[in-house]
Amino acid sequence: MSYSMIERSTVPLTKEDFASDQMVRWCPGCGSHAILATLQSIFPRIGYKRENFCVVSGIGCASRFPYYVNTFGFHGIHGRATPIATGVSVSNRKLSVWVIAGDGDLMAIGGNHFLHTIRRNVDLNILLFNNQIYGLTKGQYSPTTPFGQVTKTSPYGTIEKPFDVGKLVLAAQGNFYARVVDNNTKLMGDVMYEAAKHDGTSVIEILQNCVIFNDGAHKAIADRATAPDRQLILKHGEPMIFGKDNNKGIRLGSRGLEVVTIGENGITEKDILVHDAQQQDAGLHNMLADMHWPDYPIALGVIRSVPSPTYDELLEKQMIDAKATSNIKCVDDILNSGDTWEI
Amino acid sequence: MTKKKFEVIEKESVVVKFVGDCGDGMQLTGTLFSDTSAMSGNDLSTFPDYPAEIRAPRNTVAGVSGYQVHIGREVRTIGDKCDMLVAMNPASLKANLQWVALGGTIIVDVDAFVDKAFDKAGYASNPLEDGSLSSYHIIQAPISSQAKEIAISLGMDIKDADRTKNMYALGIVAFIYDRDLKILFKQINDKFKKSPKVAEINIEVLKAGYIYAESIEAIESRFHIPTAVLPKGKYRNISGNIATAWGLLAASERSGRPLFLGSYPITPATDILVELARHKSLNARVMQCEDEIAGICSSIGASYAGSMAVTSTSGPGLSLKSEAIGLAVMTELPLVIINVQRGGPSTGMPTKSEQADLLQALYGRNGSCPCIVTAASSPSDCFEMAYNTAKLSLEHMTPAILMTDGYIGQGTELFRIPKVADMPSITPPLAKAKDPNYKPYRRDEKTLVRQWALPGTEGLEHRVGGLEKTDIFGAVSTDPINHDKMVSNRNEKVQRVADYIPEQDIIGEDSGDVLVVSWGGTRGQVYDAVKNLQKQGKKISLAHFKYIMPLPKNTADIFAKFKKIVVCELNDGQFANYLRIVHPQFNYIKYNKIKGIPFTTTELINTFNQIF
Repeated sequence: MSYSMIERSTVPLTKEDFASDQMVRWCPGCGSHAILATLQSIFPRIGYKRENFCVVSGIGCASRFPYYVNTFGFHGIHGRATPIATGVSVSNRKLSVWVIAGDGDLMAIGGNHFLHTIRRNVDLNILLFNNQIYGLTKGQYSPTTPFGQVTKTSPYGTIEKPFDVGKLVLAAQGNFYARVVDNNTKLMGDVMYEAAKHDGTSVIEILQNCVIFNDGAHKAIADRATAPDRQLILKHGEPMIFGKDNNKGIRLGSRGLEVVTIGENGITEKDILVHDAQQQDAGLHNMLADMHWPDYPIALGVIRSVPSPTYDELLEKQMIDAKATSNIKCVDDILNSGDTWEI
Repeated sequence: MTKKKFEVIEKESVVVKFVGDCGDGMQLTGTLFSDTSAMSGNDLSTFPDYPAEIRAPRNTVAGVSGYQVHIGREVRTIGDKCDMLVAMNPASLKANLQWVALGGTIIVDVDAFVDKAFDKAGYASNPLEDGSLSSYHIIQAPISSQAKEIAISLGMDIKDADRTKNMYALGIVAFIYDRDLKILFKQINDKFKKSPKVAEINIEVLKAGYIYAESIEAIESRFHIPTAVLPKGKYRNISGNIATAWGLLAASERSGRPLFLGSYPITPATDILVELARHKSLNARVMQCEDEIAGICSSIGASYAGSMAVTSTSGPGLSLKSEAIGLAVMTELPLVIINVQRGGPSTGMPTKSEQADLLQALYGRNGSCPCIVTAASSPSDCFEMAYNTAKLSLEHMTPAILMTDGYIGQGTELFRIPKVADMPSITPPLAKAKDPNYKPYRRDEKTLVRQWALPGTEGLEHRVGGLEKTDIFGAVSTDPINHDKMVSNRNEKVQRVADYIPEQDIIGEDSGDVLVVSWGGTRGQVYDAVKNLQKQGKKISLAHFKYIMPLPKNTADIFAKFKKIVVCELNDGQFANYLRIVHPQFNYIKYNKIKGIPFTTTELINTFNQIF
């Protein structure tokens, strides 16, 4: 998806250009509808020719996504969307490759691939639909289900600590991590656009509602009425201020991040941290990813965006260098290399 | 010193095995001996025999490493038994005595035959003195002491000097088999290119071994090995794994599709990954993945995007790839899967060889899930079979599994170097940009092959995946009639590959008493056994299969003309069972061996003799 390399459309495209002829079969009220509509409207804004997009998925509700987008699409097998997408991306750098998968797919069966894809920094945009439940198999707990939650396979409550997607991404040396809620499509679209422009693995965690099996999982932070006090929407270069009165902020205290109120106890705007998504050191990004309601507002938007060489470009560079320096120009050269003799 | 007169004995072929501790340099010694022989015009076959452990305890049977070389006028196997064993310590003698022909020669490093080493090797007494070797011709040579003395006198430190003993041993063998020293010295100089002093000392030690052999009474005769009768051409020595890698590169070049390999290290297939990783100048994109599944899945993605995609593995890895092979079958994408078989089940015997993954390759997936299955018959044949398998996969838009094994993968033989331009052309069915009639599952009427529509091509936007799709249009579907049709299309597509593979050949008359049937890496031994019996006047022929799924079209016609059919394979009867499914009208006698080692020609001759 190397942003500068991909051929752009000469005619303006619209959201409708990216709608396929397939009937969308998600449950009414499912968060996936909003995500699909947002991506279909962001593709024209990104501006590539339609054939230069490729959407790859795994297995699960979210993974039906490619069938609904009129580009090249590959519906893979459970957990393997990232290696499949890696093969696509590495084979053709002039494609914008998008991975769509859920928390079961990317955190459980595909957890290892997820980490290694990020570590390699393959040129992919990953949309992780996190509804904290297995939907397509009808309601079993997933690796992101909160501790203690009762589900079909945890009738006495889970006894497993959940994964925190952001902390995993950063631990795997991820360079782009953003988090959004499925009911804020404006922010979602902006973040998708930023992800497209970022060369390397971009992970967008979308806190998504499953109306059937885990309704209201994100209600505490997603509810529009209380959202201003419970969401910190990060913008690079701007102070971390939130709240319905715009007077709350995040300060770095001696014991980590603190929520403070501007105007109280001598706190002024100068005490509030300014978000630096491009900071190499991931320490503060990790602390932001780790903020959870009710102790903190949840951090949304682009938490980390740091440029770094991609696997795809490093591989291509090695190929170019090898072609320039190697004596092996064709297969006949290899066949005749080393010790040979005539009979 | 007056020169002795030596009796020179002509031998059609000889088998020499160098054995010692891991780290004694046996692989290098064997390679130098075999390369020198090849360049002197002998035909040859080699096999490294090493333990799974990297450095097992010194002087133990577990730590024995060996290299077997068979040279002669016409060579197809590594030889049943050794004419000469070079044993650098008691443990290596103990582990390998069973492979020495009665009356064969054993050269031992007598300096290593000390009490402590007998204990470690599990000998109760000194085998050189207790009469247990009376059936062999023993040469007790002071190999390590002599080598060390010479190397130290030339300025080497003690530790390095000790490591030259393999050259002294090689010198003795070079004398006995009259090897060309000039070629041998050149090999050593090339090997130690970076340190000429080390090369010089090694050559001096080798010369000393050569002179020693010339002077001792224990050696009274030398052997002359006739040069090979091979078609004219340019030759090299090659292992099956390297030949596989090169065959794939050739297919990539001829098809115009860049090679992508997604793989994970696994014995004995790793050499393919290592070799292909060296060839970035030929557009080979090689990814060492986090596991076997990522290896095949990245390859499937690469294939979707237009690469000639390959994944290489061995048995347990093929198990892990099963689900993804199904995905490639369903999406009808080209994908080459190389399975270098080893001893199973489970982790089994990683460094040993067998043919027990055949049914897994044919059937080991959920659903009705056909793949092309092919098998290479010898190290050099891996080149042609890798090429042909890739061609079939690319042109028929379906995954193809090439079966090799640890024996031919790591073994070497002479390879007549082809020109890539002379190989058959490879034309994948690429869809054209803006084709208004393009549909994902529209098929060629004759072959049932769908088109390959690459992402980035205008007007060909489409979706594929593991869910069943409607015929022609490719929409998700669970319609019963459609599913029935798609299953049948996929099966029939693979069956029709039979129109594009060579007819099965027969070695010998096309009718007779016994037809020997074999497949894959056993060809050398089976061929030699059948030829031997044919010379005795027996009405026996051989059909050695390289195309398994589908089988060649004339298979049943061949089988019908023989009174008895014996299927021999290194497993418990998998090909025989498969033949019973495809051609149930024949009676198949089975001959199986499942010991992690190849057939011997002798055992096959004995077995076939009992069948008449």
